[in-house]
Amino acid sequence: MTGLSIEHLSMRFDLPDGGAVQALKDVSLDLKAGELLSVLGPSGCGKTTLLNIVAGFLAPTEGKIVLNGHDVKGPDAERGMVFQQGALFEWMSVRENVGFGPSMKGMPKHDKAKVVNRLLDVVGLQDFKEKAVYELSGGMQQRVALARCLANDPDVILMDEPLGALDALTREKMQSLVLKLWKETGKTIILITHSVEEALLLGERLLVMAPRPGRIHREYRLPFAEMGVGADLREVKKHPEFAQKREEILSMIWDMEEEIMGRQEESA
Amino acid sequence: MIPFLIYAGIFVAAFYMVRFVMERRGRSDYGSLKTVTFGDESAVVSNRYASVISILTIFLLWGMFTGSALLPKFLHAPGPFEGVATFEYTAAVGNDRDTATVTVLVHPISEDATAPQVDPGDGWAKNDSATVGAWRSGLIRVDRNDEIGRDAGAEVIEVDGQKIGPGRSVDTEFGRVGMSPKGTLNFEPRKGWQMEPIWLPAPEAVVSRVIEIAGEGFRGSTLWEHLGYSLFRVVVGFLCGAIVGIPLGYAMGLSNWFRGWFDPIVEFMRPVPPLALIPLVIIWAGIGETGKIILLFLAALWIMAIAARSGVSGVNISKVHAAYSLGASKWQIMRYVIIPNSLPEIFTGARVAMGVCWGTVVAAELVAAEKGAGMMIMVASKFQNTDIVIMGIILIGVIGFGIDMLMRWAERILVPWKGRG
Repeated sequence: MTGLSIEHLSMRFDLPDGGAVQALKDVSLDLKAGELLSVLGPSGCGKTTLLNIVAGFLAPTEGKIVLNGHDVKGPDAERGMVFQQGALFEWMSVRENVGFGPSMKGMPKHDKAKVVNRLLDVVGLQDFKEKAVYELSGGMQQRVALARCLANDPDVILMDEPLGALDALTREKMQSLVLKLWKETGKTIILITHSVEEALLLGERLLVMAPRPGRIHREYRLPFAEMGVGADLREVKKHPEFAQKREEILSMIWDMEEEIMGRQEESA
Repeated sequence: MIPFLIYAGIFVAAFYMVRFVMERRGRSDYGSLKTVTFGDESAVVSNRYASVISILTIFLLWGMFTGSALLPKFLHAPGPFEGVATFEYTAAVGNDRDTATVTVLVHPISEDATAPQVDPGDGWAKNDSATVGAWRSGLIRVDRNDEIGRDAGAEVIEVDGQKIGPGRSVDTEFGRVGMSPKGTLNFEPRKGWQMEPIWLPAPEAVVSRVIEIAGEGFRGSTLWEHLGYSLFRVVVGFLCGAIVGIPLGYAMGLSNWFRGWFDPIVEFMRPVPPLALIPLVIIWAGIGETGKIILLFLAALWIMAIAARSGVSGVNISKVHAAYSLGASKWQIMRYVIIPNSLPEIFTGARVAMGVCWGTVVAAELVAAEKGAGMMIMVASKFQNTDIVIMGIILIGVIGFGIDMLMRWAERILVPWKGRG
């Protein structure tokens, strides 16, 4: 069977002061191959923990991740990851960064160059391929990170707030690029964000998580990602349903935040 | 005090002069348009004119106060009196007074001189003559040739018409005349403001000594051998320290056990100044090359270990995670992520370690060595060869500076991504 299934995931760890944190509690989810999932939630809801478990950087205390029929035990090239910032290798050129995965696999030089060239074309950085990554702007650096991830041809792409550090204009362009790559490559993508608009635009499915313990609060199926492919994202945002969903989710998150604040005041 | 005042004077005068010239010329770059410069760190750049004038001033003062031949005479600080000095003394036996003249030839201390011939003159006190080296003083037994000497009860009571007695002194035109407790005159010609070469030789004397030692050598080795030995010890000691220290630091950065095991040792040894290890190293390994290299090895080891450790700890976890999810193995993570990521830190450590090693080797050679820059200046100082000492200090400084420049240059070439992460 193809696809990613997250089965009854719980994550609990002890603190040095004797307390314990329930970061995730009984999270289950099935993703079909090629689905685009965005995860949203207030801070502390365990969304990054969830992503790290799927990536294989953390082991859950309960439950498991199954990808294409086998259990996930640790990080692997089948699950690519795009980080917010600072994950590029600044001692390598753009070309070497993008070619990192193929190099690790020992792909012959000629094939590697072809892969790198194709991806640099896709993200529009062909002219910058010999530049050092620190010479590029933030948006370009994230394009490199996307290309580097795609060069390995992973089954699943995990994105941890990849556009969080970009300015609003660059961010919009990058959102279109992510949609385009999703459609063209047919990859399964999990994207974590703290922007409600971004979650709506870049999620066929949208997961709203709640904190303490981290759990799935609500799930949506949305048409906007499909609408946004190759279209002007600003047009999508004008859609009445978009505005209505945005308000709904925003107030949902507001309520959660207020509940957290209230609980903190009680305990204080 | 006076050199300091001159120095401060040049500092202030040069400031106003440069400012005046710059204002006349007019600047229009971005920095000149800033109205807030006091407190704006980026507005403070090293003034190149100030640097040049600063260096020139040091040489100027050095030349002025050593009477350097490189400077025109009118710039010299007043030198010691040289030439023929005279003063009169009055001796008395009871109420019988007589006056005679003392002629003193004050000669450069490097030359021999004979006392000038003088006419004995009339009266029972006869004229005297003597020689005294510049910057020195000399006892003059003025009564030696007098008809009534000290033995006969004559006493010197005045010099140049001013009263003098045992333990007192009189300032004359040519210097100070004092009287010893026994009544002998002591002439100390005026010293001026210049330094005696034995304290501070003139710049050209140092330069000519460099040339001399470069050609003839010092204590059986040429200058280059002395410096080369010091450098050789530093390079070998540093390399040994780096070869052991860097892997140790990596191990400490990558493994709990290694860090726990070596942390107490490294943290304890790091603040121990390498100089404090010299006695122990001499006891264990003697004063030969082995001892020196062990010392420098120990000086570099902890610095390099700590640099490598912090280089590993400083890696952004996202980079490691990214590399793992791109399919890298542990070895590949080491080779392509951890090592390049730690290189900037290691270079910084290497620069510090080279500086410390250079300082340590000189100190170790001061203590005991057969060859080396430190040994050269130590031996020279025992023989009051101040020019060699100053030459040695300057060369040690130049080499230390050169090492640092070389390391910075290597850093720029080899780790251009430093600070860009």
